[in-house]
Amino acid sequence: MALSTTMDAATNVRPARRKVWRGGLLGRDYLWALAFVTPYIAVFLAFVIYPVAYGLWLGSDPASYRALFADPVYPETVVNTLVFLAIGVNLKLFLALMLSGFFMRNGWWVKALLLVYILPWAVPGIPTFISIHWMLNGQWGLINNTIWSLFQTDGPPWLDQSTLAMGSVIYGYIWKWMPFWTVIFLAGRMAIPRELYEAADVDGATGIGRFLHITFPLMANLYLVCTLLSTIWTLGDFNSVHFISGGGPAQSTHVLATLGIRDAFELGDPRMGMAAVISALPLLIPLVVLLMRKLSKGEVQL
Amino acid sequence: MSIPGHARFRQRAGDAGAMLLGLVLLIWTLLPIYNMLLVAVQQKEDVFSTNIWPPAPTLESFNAVIHETFWLLANFWGQMGNSFFIGVAVALLTLTIGTLTSFTISRLRIRLGWLLTNAALLTYVIPMSFLAIPFYGIMRSYGLADNPWSVIAAEVTFATPYAIFIFQQYSASIPHELDEAARIDGASPPQIYFRIYLPLMAPALVAIGTYALLLAWNEYLYAFLLLSADNTITVPVALGKFLNSDEAPWNYLMAAAITYALPPLAIYYMFRRYMSSGLTMGGVKG
Repeated sequence: MALSTTMDAATNVRPARRKVWRGGLLGRDYLWALAFVTPYIAVFLAFVIYPVAYGLWLGSDPASYRALFADPVYPETVVNTLVFLAIGVNLKLFLALMLSGFFMRNGWWVKALLLVYILPWAVPGIPTFISIHWMLNGQWGLINNTIWSLFQTDGPPWLDQSTLAMGSVIYGYIWKWMPFWTVIFLAGRMAIPRELYEAADVDGATGIGRFLHITFPLMANLYLVCTLLSTIWTLGDFNSVHFISGGGPAQSTHVLATLGIRDAFELGDPRMGMAAVISALPLLIPLVVLLMRKLSKGEVQL
Repeated sequence: MSIPGHARFRQRAGDAGAMLLGLVLLIWTLLPIYNMLLVAVQQKEDVFSTNIWPPAPTLESFNAVIHETFWLLANFWGQMGNSFFIGVAVALLTLTIGTLTSFTISRLRIRLGWLLTNAALLTYVIPMSFLAIPFYGIMRSYGLADNPWSVIAAEVTFATPYAIFIFQQYSASIPHELDEAARIDGASPPQIYFRIYLPLMAPALVAIGTYALLLAWNEYLYAFLLLSADNTITVPVALGKFLNSDEAPWNYLMAAAITYALPPLAIYYMFRRYMSSGLTMGGVKG
């Protein structure tokens, strides 16, 4: 009898201890766990679920879509958004990938340059976008002043012509975000074992060969995740457009993120603004699904 | 003999090319920043000229910013204070909520932890500006219009998911045996959280605290929509107002912008080593 109870106790203790550590909390611990996650659940419900539901409700009126599609600014905005994503994101990431190779070079001046190079990322966005806006002023901006003093000729009206204005926005956007992604790719390159390159050198690989056969295959996954993430974030980018071109000239450089805010707050029609945002969902949702699948597989760590 | 010579030539050419690229990068990077300084150190009239360097540099505009002598700058230091208050509140709340959540998911290992992780992941991939319209409506209905806490709530919401990821990744390196030993000694979850978890997470706390502080300091859209009075707005909102005023003295605007950009710059370079490697994803949203 005594023996069997000790046996029982012994067999009981082990699963009980294991249970604590494999989920399934008991009693007071369970209450503590509940108390610990309550703040996050509250934030998630109040400030994510509720606004999402409210936003979808605001955007559920077909009339606001009719008004949106009838707005002559809308088709141009969609094209701008796609151009901004296709050129802005890809050019930025491609340049960042190339430049991360440059920053792998040895030498004190490369390290020093990297510290300067990340300035656009470290400085708050609004001041620099305002600076770029003024720098590109057709009459008194630094760029056209420089063109004048070098060539004695007037530079183009950067912000007064819609294609140039869109190009200016993309320039400012790349200037601001390229350093950040360069640092990401630099970390990715540093994670590649040196032996691989040494082996390739023995085989007589050239610089391009090393990149095509070692660097890129190993970084392809990271590059893809970065492209997805950056596309999603850029789709929501308000500041670059708002401060560099302001959507102008004549509302010709809006993207969906700025158009939604314009419709909701300048035109005072939140339903139409929400309709503009929701019209980006057919693009956003596939990207999010793809990204979530990539991230949850754990192939790439953030 | 010719092969090493050839190799040396290629090496030299490569170095020269790298230097040239470095020079291009330097100009590319510094151009908008130089423009800020150029405008800030000129007189108001000289800004409207074809100068590419300041003819008579002066710190007069910084003087106007520091002493708030121009009407659009009348509340500048109060607005810096607002930015600072919101930044610190966002950092502290993000750290608190983020550590509590990731502690429960990865150390207490609750059964529905994956659900919370996915909720965070989902929030992380929603563009912040897409929720601005409903968020504004909700905050007005709560009576929180023109209240800094509405901005704090929005920014904490968007800073916490990334905090949870980083904390979970970082805490994977803390051995579970430590918790287990403390458990056997009869420690309760709060004791483990305060005495074991938080101290060992210190580097991640610094990184995320910096991330959240900078996110809040740099954030424009929510602060612009939710705050309006001159004494509640943050500095970026004030700069935006400045830009839209008819009489925009660009030298004052740029001097104010530079003053506002200096604290995050200092923080950034101070904590740079914490933001390296896996922790680099910070500071991107917004």
